[in-house]
Amino acid sequence: MSYTRIYAIFLRQLFLLKSNPTRLSSIFLALIVNIFQWGFISKFLGSLGESTFSFITVILGAIILWEFLSRTQQGIMRGFLEDIWTQNFINYFASPLEIREYLGGLVLTSIAISMAGFGIMVPIAGLAFGYNIFRIGLLLLPFMFILFVFGIAMGIFVSALIFRLGPSGEWLGWPLPLVLSIFSGVYYPISTLPAALQVVAELMPPCYVFESIRSILSTGTFSQDLLMNLLIGAGLSLIYLLVVYKFFITIYRHNLKSGAIARFNAEAL
Amino acid sequence: MGNETVLAISGLTKKYGSIKAIDDISFCVSSGNIIGLLGPNGAGKTTTINMVLGILEPTQGLIEIFGKNLREHRSTISKDINFVAVYAHMPANLTVRQNLYIFGLLYKVRNLKERITSLLHEFDLEGFADTKAGLLSSGESSRLNLAKALMNHPRLLLLDEPTASLDPSMSQLIRQRIKEYAEETKAAILWTSHNMQEIEDVCDHVLFLSHGRILLSGNPKILPSEHGKRDLEELFITVAREPLSFEQ
Repeated sequence: MSYTRIYAIFLRQLFLLKSNPTRLSSIFLALIVNIFQWGFISKFLGSLGESTFSFITVILGAIILWEFLSRTQQGIMRGFLEDIWTQNFINYFASPLEIREYLGGLVLTSIAISMAGFGIMVPIAGLAFGYNIFRIGLLLLPFMFILFVFGIAMGIFVSALIFRLGPSGEWLGWPLPLVLSIFSGVYYPISTLPAALQVVAELMPPCYVFESIRSILSTGTFSQDLLMNLLIGAGLSLIYLLVVYKFFITIYRHNLKSGAIARFNAEAL
Repeated sequence: MGNETVLAISGLTKKYGSIKAIDDISFCVSSGNIIGLLGPNGAGKTTTINMVLGILEPTQGLIEIFGKNLREHRSTISKDINFVAVYAHMPANLTVRQNLYIFGLLYKVRNLKERITSLLHEFDLEGFADTKAGLLSSGESSRLNLAKALMNHPRLLLLDEPTASLDPSMSQLIRQRIKEYAEETKAAILWTSHNMQEIEDVCDHVLFLSHGRILLSGNPKILPSEHGKRDLEELFITVAREPLSFEQ
């Protein structure tokens, strides 16, 4: 394992971001729009009747953390797609670069993108809506850890699908966070879902994060149940990461046999 | 002729389903040798190069480079290999300098900045250092590919039609540079081309592939006369059209 080669993969993505501001806007614009849109919706809902429930506190916190997860997933997928669009795999994989170093570089890219996104969302939510995500306290760290690991797992999973199905597979990747948000209890408690879907929700690590946040904000205390939630969420995330890593390696080996790495394009698959 | 065997291929076979793209080929390339891999389109030249690069897994057979099994030591071996292929371009959205820097890091080239400066000068790319690779002409792009291919001082260089789509003057420059590199460093070179004059000019030895099998091999300067042909081009055409007449 070479850190220099991991850095090379990261640096390539950094060069791309620096050289073309439209890439930055495509990453961060949707995120800023979401904060404003949900901020105003929450403000409006809060103004209805004599609600004692703070919509801004619950919804904006959830949006910031969900966008953090989405940027993590997209950080990996975008980096992978850049290499597909430039048909760069033959150059990479004919070099000493190992597949785990390549994925390591994409993970580093996704850390940079998701942290930059977080760094943009937090002050906007604070200045525009008076929301401070740090009021969750130190628990923010394990929450973000769970979401980050699951985001990476999602990013690697989608990249593996694209690697297997060809570039058209990216159309499965973009809406994935939206689909998973249904089961993750981002905007509502999972008890709102039908019983069958609640079973699916329990397999989603983010659901343990968002259920915990709602509980803390409504009770103001940290209970033993929450600790268990965090442990289950973290455990599931790590299991998913391990499984999708193996899945990616399997697809890579399949492509080594089929010749898809040398001629990776839409027509070849 | 050098002594050290750099590349040793034995019993190499690649099957796609029931189709044999490469059928039990064996050959060696020694240090300082330039070996030409010839054959019509679809003969298996690129398939062979891709297997030597480690980006295509053989169905059977053994590839040893620097005395090590490629399958088990790909990453270590790849540090001393590089390639140019007509279908493998540098990422178009990075500049010439950025591309060289990234690939220099991947190959862990020492004194990278100095090496890049020297390559830019050597390949007359100084004026394009901050130009995106996608904006280069075919000639400039070929020079960039070759600069990248030589940046780690490879001991085995794989060239898959390195001068395809270049004008005669540029082809001659590229050929000259590769020949000089082989002479200076005693690197082993495996070269595919459809330009028979080029092959005659640079290669010490040629292998004719057809339908995944080696039909002929020998010195490109005397092989045509051994088979009653005027030149390498006439021999190539006969091999391409009547491969069965060369089957042993």
